[in-house]
Amino acid sequence: MNWLPATVSGRAYALLLLVLACAPFIFEWANQPFYLDLLSRALILGIAAISLNLILGFGGMVSLGHAAYIGIGAYCVGIPSYYDFYNGWLHLALALSVSAGFALVTGAISLRTKGVYFIMITMAFSQMAYFVFLSLEEYGADDGLVIYSRSEFPEWLSMNSSTGLYYWIFAVLLMALFFTKRLLHSRFGRVIVGSRYNEQRMQALGFNTYRYRLVCYVIAAMICSVAGMLLGNFTSFISPDMMGWSRSGELIFMVIIGGVATLFGPLVGTIAFVLLEEFLSAITIYWHLIFGVLLVLLVLFGKGGIHGWLEMLDRKDVDHG
Amino acid sequence: MADYLLKITDLNKHFGGIIATDNVNLSVQQGQIHAIIGPNGAGKTTLIAQLSGQLKPDSGDIEFAGHSIISDSMAHRARQGLARSFQITSVLMPMTLLENVMLAVQGCSGHSFRFWAPVARDRDMRSAAMASLAAVGLEDRAGRTAANVSHGEQRQLEVAMALAMKPRMLLLDEPMAGMGKEEGAMMVDILNSLKGDMTILLVEHDMDAVFSMADRLSVLDNGHVITTDTVENVRSNHEVQKAYLGDGHA
Repeated sequence: MNWLPATVSGRAYALLLLVLACAPFIFEWANQPFYLDLLSRALILGIAAISLNLILGFGGMVSLGHAAYIGIGAYCVGIPSYYDFYNGWLHLALALSVSAGFALVTGAISLRTKGVYFIMITMAFSQMAYFVFLSLEEYGADDGLVIYSRSEFPEWLSMNSSTGLYYWIFAVLLMALFFTKRLLHSRFGRVIVGSRYNEQRMQALGFNTYRYRLVCYVIAAMICSVAGMLLGNFTSFISPDMMGWSRSGELIFMVIIGGVATLFGPLVGTIAFVLLEEFLSAITIYWHLIFGVLLVLLVLFGKGGIHGWLEMLDRKDVDHG
Repeated sequence: MADYLLKITDLNKHFGGIIATDNVNLSVQQGQIHAIIGPNGAGKTTLIAQLSGQLKPDSGDIEFAGHSIISDSMAHRARQGLARSFQITSVLMPMTLLENVMLAVQGCSGHSFRFWAPVARDRDMRSAAMASLAAVGLEDRAGRTAANVSHGEQRQLEVAMALAMKPRMLLLDEPMAGMGKEEGAMMVDILNSLKGDMTILLVEHDMDAVFSMADRLSVLDNGHVITTDTVENVRSNHEVQKAYLGDGHA
């Protein structure tokens, strides 16, 4: 059966995508609309985590300010809607261009630094964006902004129903995954990955690594802004809280739980994160404590995250085969 | 007048109170292997680092192929055909040898803002990379991860990567560092096979290797070039011999 992925992890991910594709029908049949909401939120954050992994995992650029682009994407829905501009293409174009502009300027400065300094400076820039939106009284400041109607698209692309929105999210997710996969094996991707391993060597080979990293940083920001645009539509209420630095920290955790520098890791990491958060918070109000301990254990012992565990199964499979 | 590919004029570099490069003047002729010898701490690697653009000199000028490259970045110099290998093995360990060399080919063949087409299927790049691997005798190791081959093979990979850039000149910083006798002899063969076609500036500790390869020789001490001459003349220069080559070469 050639159409089946060869490895255990490959099959697990294929099955996951299949389940995600059918999820609205499954939850409708089970009469559990709440879980479709939960999954929608998980997949939106999954897109954001995939984009973060592009710079953090594959590029070795640990940004603690990635949630800024979720916020920018969301406000690119919220602010036009406040003035009764509901055109979805306008929202999308705004999200992509504003995030690209912000990433280009802040990335150009941040990427002159390395390591801890890069972490701090990306966080500083995202906090600046946070405080800008916090100070915009017209758009609700810290009270946030209610979006009364979702982005308008042609009938067949409508996101007005929760199923319609879910398939929007799912389609963007598939595109993000496919794009990442293609990118990694392209000339550009090789330069990005090579620069993580040994930047000086890459420069000695003739690559202006700064430029390539900057473009990668901008691409990641643009993908993340689409996640923000979807999140704005999903929650229909946006506030500067969406882009605080603790949100950026959560995104990093999602990537680590799933597996850094792997294609599907950030997606499964995010799903695990959101489900765990949901169920633990239903059990006890002190769930943050349990969650924290779990995360510590995972970082200490769970090398390679969920993807790492699946890969161990791959190896066993090979051993027995 | 000889045809100089690389010309260093009045180059100076110091770190705090330590003078690493002291008014160095040096020219390398097209097609020659020019070796730099000298005791530890003489400033050989510092000199290479300034030539490749990794370090910025305090003053002086470096001309490559008739143009000053003093203000060009490391990457820009590499693209102009000044390729460098590292004293401390500096290959991309998690990648295969073929991927390493393909990146070297890629670095000097146009820009890499190509986001879609898979590199692995680029036949031209692949065959160019295989040719470079074959030139250093690593063609049957192409699929191995760089971390999983011997130290000597990693050194050969360094040279293969520099060659794959199709450079006009090679800067080789101790290509035989840490190699065994047999591996070292192989490296000498590889470099000798390039003789005449390639201009090479070579820093090397192994005197026998240097004498068997180099056309010209500069002796560096405390950052200063004390002599530059043909190999024969340096060998017979009594003072140099006493100071740096030991009695064994008398």
